[in-house]
Amino acid sequence: MADHRKVFAIGAEFNSAADLYHAAEKIRDAGYSKWDCHTPFPVHGLDKAMGMSKSWLSAFVFMCGVTGFITGLLLVTVTSFGLYPIIVNGKPIDWWPGLASLQFMFPPIYELTILFSAFGATFGMILRNGLPRFNHPVFNWSRFAKVTDDKFFIIIEQKDVKFSETKTKALLEEIGGQHISLIHEEEN
Amino acid sequence: MATNEQKAMDSYEVVLHCPKELERVPLVKNDRSFAWITEKVAVICEEPTRKWWWICFFLFAPIALFVPTLLAYQVGNGVGVWGENQPFGWAWDITNFVFWIGIGHAGTLISAILFLTRQKWRTSINRAAEAMTLFAVMCAGLYPGFHVGKFWKAWYLAPVPNYNGIWQNFRSPLLWDVFAVSTYFTVSVLFWYVGLIPDLATLRDRAKSKVKQIAYGIAALGWRGGNRHWQHYEMAYLVLAGLSTPLVLSVHSIVSFDFATSVIPGWHTTIFPPYFVAGAIFGGFAMVLTLMLPARLLYPQLDDMITRQHVDKMTKIILLTGSIVGYAYLMELFVAMVYSGNFYEYNAFYNRATGWYDWHYAMMMFCNVVAPQIFWFKKMRQNYIVVFFICQLVNMGMWYERFVIIGTTLAQDFLPSSWGHYTPSWVEVFTFIGTFGMFITLFIIFMRFLPMITIFEVKAVKKEADPHYHPEGDHKDEENKPKEAAAH
Repeated sequence: MADHRKVFAIGAEFNSAADLYHAAEKIRDAGYSKWDCHTPFPVHGLDKAMGMSKSWLSAFVFMCGVTGFITGLLLVTVTSFGLYPIIVNGKPIDWWPGLASLQFMFPPIYELTILFSAFGATFGMILRNGLPRFNHPVFNWSRFAKVTDDKFFIIIEQKDVKFSETKTKALLEEIGGQHISLIHEEEN
Repeated sequence: MATNEQKAMDSYEVVLHCPKELERVPLVKNDRSFAWITEKVAVICEEPTRKWWWICFFLFAPIALFVPTLLAYQVGNGVGVWGENQPFGWAWDITNFVFWIGIGHAGTLISAILFLTRQKWRTSINRAAEAMTLFAVMCAGLYPGFHVGKFWKAWYLAPVPNYNGIWQNFRSPLLWDVFAVSTYFTVSVLFWYVGLIPDLATLRDRAKSKVKQIAYGIAALGWRGGNRHWQHYEMAYLVLAGLSTPLVLSVHSIVSFDFATSVIPGWHTTIFPPYFVAGAIFGGFAMVLTLMLPARLLYPQLDDMITRQHVDKMTKIILLTGSIVGYAYLMELFVAMVYSGNFYEYNAFYNRATGWYDWHYAMMMFCNVVAPQIFWFKKMRQNYIVVFFICQLVNMGMWYERFVIIGTTLAQDFLPSSWGHYTPSWVEVFTFIGTFGMFITLFIIFMRFLPMITIFEVKAVKKEADPHYHPEGDHKDEENKPKEAAAH
């Protein structure tokens, strides 16, 4: 393995969610920042153990919802009161009192609010996570395929200021990591 | 008692352990490991295609072909090939539309509302139920689209600027329907796909052939399961569940507005939205069980994940919503016959129950109100044959309900001179049969290529998934982790 390939990270494997959780707390306390826990399913409380704050994706979704609401509002009002007023059921065809009694065409506004929010949630999550990304260096580590099965991993990136091939490795060993290995940028 | 309390104060364990009869039954039977769950679910997509699959496929796919064939025939010859005519402007087509769209609602209820209410048992059935939702909405969407007559002008429903400068009538519940159903379908697809991403990554990591690796790999978007990703993922899932809940309630409410906002006696009622939503969930759960019970039979390994407990809970929901529907039927009768004092309202319901379509009404009452009452008995809820049979009655009953609401009302409205009878044409009958073929074909294709159980969520409801779980109890922490203990 004497190679000159660029190191991406050090990875360690854990057997259970509990082991990973305790290990994560130690890494957090050791002051690392560019690291992540990889798990087959979301582990409750791991955000806290890693010292992460709340996801603000919800704020983005809210903004998308507001956009959807405004889009819907403009769609129904501009067309019904401005571009193409249809007299039907004696309902208002003018901006006033139309705007004050919008419930007779509220459902499209409602549905567009939900539609835009749902797009925001889905694509916001995908983009916020930097996906799609098919060629990530962690995939070079053959053991990592188990992350979608039953193994738990901690990956500490080389970009981290506290990263040191020897010290980080020692820390991971100390907290119970198994199969600790260097992950390279290029394929093995 | 005093000593017990004392004990409880002294030892943490006594507080945590409840009496045996109150203990929760684990959601995954036989204490299966994470690897077991991955293996047993993923293997369905990986093993060579089974014989029964091909049999089902070649049985249902030709039936599914009725749909494009007969719709082409309808487009070529006009809506006249369907049996509907004045006063029967809406007949089997809208009945089938409401029937199919209603079925979809159970999927969204399981995936969204049960998620928000933290019903963990939903995890093993939500994927299949959501798939069912999508396929049911596809079947539903065909009907209004083709019912417009000039199918090539169906795009007029979409608010796009056009040469004539015409815009839609946003005051019409029919247009609300277009928005509601298309939003419902889109959001259901997004929700379903977001739920699929981690499981697609599982299939990608297990795939042996290059083609599968690439196909599942692209679909999984390069998912790595990092907690920094899970954090946003969980938020997105929560938000989508929160969005789908008002959405699913609005969709069937809006479908009911199609009727409720008209002036026809029998339709013009305010009870419709809650009554339709309860009916939709009722019928949808029956369809979920209709699909899941045979699936359990075909894949015995699913037995540990879709347990008797799951079936039991679903039948209880059927009982609950069936009773709500029954209450709505009776309330509707009471309002029309006694409370309203309206002659036409009275007659509409009198004719429903005793008129030309009286046996439809009787079927509806029996299948939807009487039959599910058997689920009061635990023995019946545990008997899969009974459950399956009752679910078929419910499926049927819900179709009759929609026909009773739509058909009988239109047949006999205000003036006897404008009454009219209706019989479906062969085109309508076979199109409807075709939608069942389409529904089942799509479902078995889904079973073959995508994990029908949400692998990662089932793992997450196991007790081992809790980071504070230790096999020998909390206080023996150190013994289980010698390495960590040494570090202290």
